[in-house]
Amino acid sequence: MYGGGYIPGSASPQEAPKEDPEKLAEFEEKINRGEKIEPHDWMPYEYRRQLIRMIEQHAHSEIIGALPEGTWITRAPGFKRKLALMAKVQDEVGHAQLLYSAAETLGKSREQMINDLLSGKSKYSNVFNYPAKTWADAAIIAWLVDAGAIINQTTNSKGSYGPYCRALERICWEESFHLRYGYDTVVALATGTKKQRQMVQDALNRWWRPIMHFFGPPDKISVHTEKLVRWKVKLATNDEMRQQFLNMYVPKIRELGLEIPDPILHKDPETGKWVYSDPDWDEFFRVINGNGPCNKERLAVRKKAEMMGQWVRRALRNPRQQYVTPLA
Amino acid sequence: MDPKQEAIKELLIKMADDQLIIGHRHSEWIGLGPILEEDIALASIAQDKVGQSYTLFQLLHDQFGTADPDTMGFLRAENEYRCCHLVEYPNGEYDFSLIRHFLFDHAEYHRFDMLQASAFEPIRGIARKFKSEIKYHILHADVWVRRLGTGTEESHQRMQAALETAFPLALGIFEPSPYEQVLIEENIFPGEDALRQRWLETIQPILEEASLQMPDPSSIEPAYGGRRGYHTEHLAPLLEEMSWTLRYDPEAERW
Repeated sequence: MYGGGYIPGSASPQEAPKEDPEKLAEFEEKINRGEKIEPHDWMPYEYRRQLIRMIEQHAHSEIIGALPEGTWITRAPGFKRKLALMAKVQDEVGHAQLLYSAAETLGKSREQMINDLLSGKSKYSNVFNYPAKTWADAAIIAWLVDAGAIINQTTNSKGSYGPYCRALERICWEESFHLRYGYDTVVALATGTKKQRQMVQDALNRWWRPIMHFFGPPDKISVHTEKLVRWKVKLATNDEMRQQFLNMYVPKIRELGLEIPDPILHKDPETGKWVYSDPDWDEFFRVINGNGPCNKERLAVRKKAEMMGQWVRRALRNPRQQYVTPLA
Repeated sequence: MDPKQEAIKELLIKMADDQLIIGHRHSEWIGLGPILEEDIALASIAQDKVGQSYTLFQLLHDQFGTADPDTMGFLRAENEYRCCHLVEYPNGEYDFSLIRHFLFDHAEYHRFDMLQASAFEPIRGIARKFKSEIKYHILHADVWVRRLGTGTEESHQRMQAALETAFPLALGIFEPSPYEQVLIEENIFPGEDALRQRWLETIQPILEEASLQMPDPSSIEPAYGGRRGYHTEHLAPLLEEMSWTLRYDPEAERW
């Protein structure tokens, strides 16, 4: 799963050093030729800064994203769902591990990144600041949020930074299983008893807006520089990805007899684009600035986990320890 | 049912219950581990345990006509469960969870090793497969117990305290079944006493390497009761949570 809607940092010209024009030209040519940039290659300050931010946000989204779904592992209905959900949430934590490693190649340690998450300096996907109230919420997340993530990540995997692209390819492969699991779970509910159908409809009603927000603010108000596109940090606009999602999933949702809670949602036959109600972008910004329904809870849980694990990490760092090599 | 059949059924149910409840507890670490790698490792172990429980309930269903695995695993009354108290306890901090995992998995390893030669033929292959999974659980537990036992003064003290808390509970794993004699005479399972002996011989040297002092088992009252359906106060809320969704709509045929 992934936090879409990457929020680029403000440009910081006073920090950014003046780049060597020759090296910069060489760097840009390399990207133009479709080659990947690797950790030891020269790269502009701003490229490094934006990539760290982006990969870090993605990694944080994976560990925070494990929380709303994780709470349903202990309540999953039956063996098969329990096993599948454990495997899925485990994958998400594994993605965080991969992504922190990818970001570390750019010079920021995992510890620093986690500290920035806990202090609120660094963001994660807004979508995880909403509660997963029922089993059906966990099902909708696994199907539709992961579907959004796949669109987002498949796009980003064609970017220019080698370690991030390779991590994303592997992540997308795993996400495709999550999507199937999520779809199967939603189908079971949507074709089940009246109570189950109501449960999944309610969950869709709750999650539709956060899912529309998932791809980030509309292009007309979203700040992303032409430079990030040229450097293949940003490969598709938020609106393009949102349209792609609607194209692929609106028919599938309707096919299951579920009603999408947007009365004006339709595809304009002339433009071929989906028309939808304004999903309240003020809310999006309110939530991203820390005032969503679960922001405080999510960070509090993370902080508690960090605090409880401190003594373990201290013991791992102790040079006196006798056993230092992991077996697997 | 004749005593031999009853004895096998009893044995399978307690193993299935242990695996399910410890797996459930391990899964609660996902997202909360001391390092990301531990979330992943415990999630892996949890899946093996819950998967093993499912296999055992399936075997019970096929061989003894018990209810389907979901009903058996999720929907029985609390006093019908036969798990030991050790697995019921909340995770607490990583020290308790780790030492429990260590004590439990060494017993499991030997249990399934013994069952490979059982006169109850259907368990043999299953035991072999489980043992091959538990081998990795033991590697994991041993590495961490050694590291934290000898890490810092703080980690050493925590591990020693956790060992003392968990040890009487762990002795409860070996609470004799009412059919102990039948199991032994029929060569189904060599018995809890034999298992306990092998377990003690294995864990003692590892604990020593970890600078941890194993409590003297002869001076400790083992936490018995679980195998007869008497549980700690921790099991009922766990079961309520675990069955929450299934109970939400008992009419539902599929989830």
